[in-house]
Amino acid sequence: MNDKVTLMKGNEALAVAAIRYGADGYFGYPITPQSEVLEKLEEEMPWETTGMVVLQAESEVAAINMVYAGASCGKTVLTSTSSPGFSLMQEGMSYMAASEVPALVINVMRGGPGLGTIHPSQADYFQAVKGGGHGDYRLITLAPASVQEMVDFVALGWDLAFKYRAVSMILADGVIGQMMEKVVLPEQRPRHTEEWIRENCPWAVNGRKGMRPKNIITSLELDDDKMEENNHRFQATYREIEKNEQRCELINTDDCDYLIVAFGSMARISQKAMELAAEEGIKVGIARPITLWPFPVDAIKKAAEGVKGILSVELSAGQLIEDVKLATECKYPVDIFYRLGGNVPAPDEILTALKEKLVNKLG
Amino acid sequence: MKEEIVIAGFGGQGVLSMGKILAYSGLMEDKEVTWMPSYGPEQRGGTANVTVIVSDERISSPILNMYDTAVVLNQQSLDKFEKKVKPGGVLIYDGYGINTPPTRTDIKIYRIEATEATIEINNSKAFNMIVLGAYLKVKPIVTIENVLKGLKKTLPERHWHLIPMNEEALKKGATLIKE
Repeated sequence: MNDKVTLMKGNEALAVAAIRYGADGYFGYPITPQSEVLEKLEEEMPWETTGMVVLQAESEVAAINMVYAGASCGKTVLTSTSSPGFSLMQEGMSYMAASEVPALVINVMRGGPGLGTIHPSQADYFQAVKGGGHGDYRLITLAPASVQEMVDFVALGWDLAFKYRAVSMILADGVIGQMMEKVVLPEQRPRHTEEWIRENCPWAVNGRKGMRPKNIITSLELDDDKMEENNHRFQATYREIEKNEQRCELINTDDCDYLIVAFGSMARISQKAMELAAEEGIKVGIARPITLWPFPVDAIKKAAEGVKGILSVELSAGQLIEDVKLATECKYPVDIFYRLGGNVPAPDEILTALKEKLVNKLG
Repeated sequence: MKEEIVIAGFGGQGVLSMGKILAYSGLMEDKEVTWMPSYGPEQRGGTANVTVIVSDERISSPILNMYDTAVVLNQQSLDKFEKKVKPGGVLIYDGYGINTPPTRTDIKIYRIEATEATIEINNSKAFNMIVLGAYLKVKPIVTIENVLKGLKKTLPERHWHLIPMNEEALKKGATLIKE
């Protein structure tokens, strides 16, 4: 057996990945189904090894503002929460976007709206990719479909956040957070030094020592013309991200009659439905958006070429499907299958829906 | 090789940890594994179940509608999962407290007296290991040696002295399977 391979829950693996990346600080408040992130960090005690701060804040509002503060100093910081907690963080998300600070935020979604259930959901899709807070801003949104991706996207999320001075979000769901799978953890990286931060984050508020003009991190700009200019700069960054960072996994899409578009746990369950469909001679392919924003328009457009119909499979009542329709410019019949409120479909339910909604209608 | 199994019973019977030990044993044999619990308040006294998949190939869905094997430890779970065993599959159930036994004829059914066995070996905490022993007698998908290695990996070192007792329980479980 490979010694580097271990078995872990998605939430635990993410916590270890944050330490191994060389995180400076985690600030969070426990909520099911992601409490294992904080628990694992407490168990690992990284403050004794790497010097990483792990702090249970008094609320999600406090936690996101601690992240905002850490990020403003050029530190590598993160928080994690689940749906109701993420709603509480929206003010902070908007402020961080407007302040152009890099940070990593994880939402392991549960059934809503409201306090809802503690079981898996994807109903915070709009909130993540269309902006849950106020103002014109975007989050780089990564959707892991395995425990390994819970690990890999920590590094990817921070790399992209620092590259574009943007907030990265890992949008997982209860299935990915709670399941155990084989995972290979990365090697421990050293935390960024003050020298690294001075060189790579010249905007950071980390003490100028008389060497440069003072930096100010703020989302406030009362001069409309300057605020418009700021907005143009944000938008230019977002266009750059849209151009460079679309990611999508395509499975069996070269020769399929029907295309399923699904992300996260639903992409995994849809894959089983695809296997069951193949046994009945129905050719199904899957397009799995890895970046939900920027939405992988190019890959999905290509995957859809020549299909008879598309099924959006989601744990939300018609959110992902909007982006699927936009990406394919409504050129193909697109229908939807979903479960809501914390319920997760079994693979045969997806196959039945595919047959009822597309195969039987379109032949 | 691919084995899709559900283990279901009351919270506190060791359902989730039995699944975890099985998953770790699969890991020891370099197999692909997934462990998907039904989590939530039901873990504290209601019904709990876990889906474990052990496979030579990459695993697609961690959530299933039909299983190769169902290991059920109470009546509610039997009612729920008997119909979800694939034709030709295996159903193993503990006879204690079962009023309505399974009726399917297209699957192999094993009734084990695991609760009674815990009394015989005077160790109620070994219940799930007895059941695991019975399961592995029917479906030897991992070796006992690797189960013990997996156990060592899941247990903190201060509990390693309990491993021989668990080995006994596994062996006891294997004797409960009557053809």
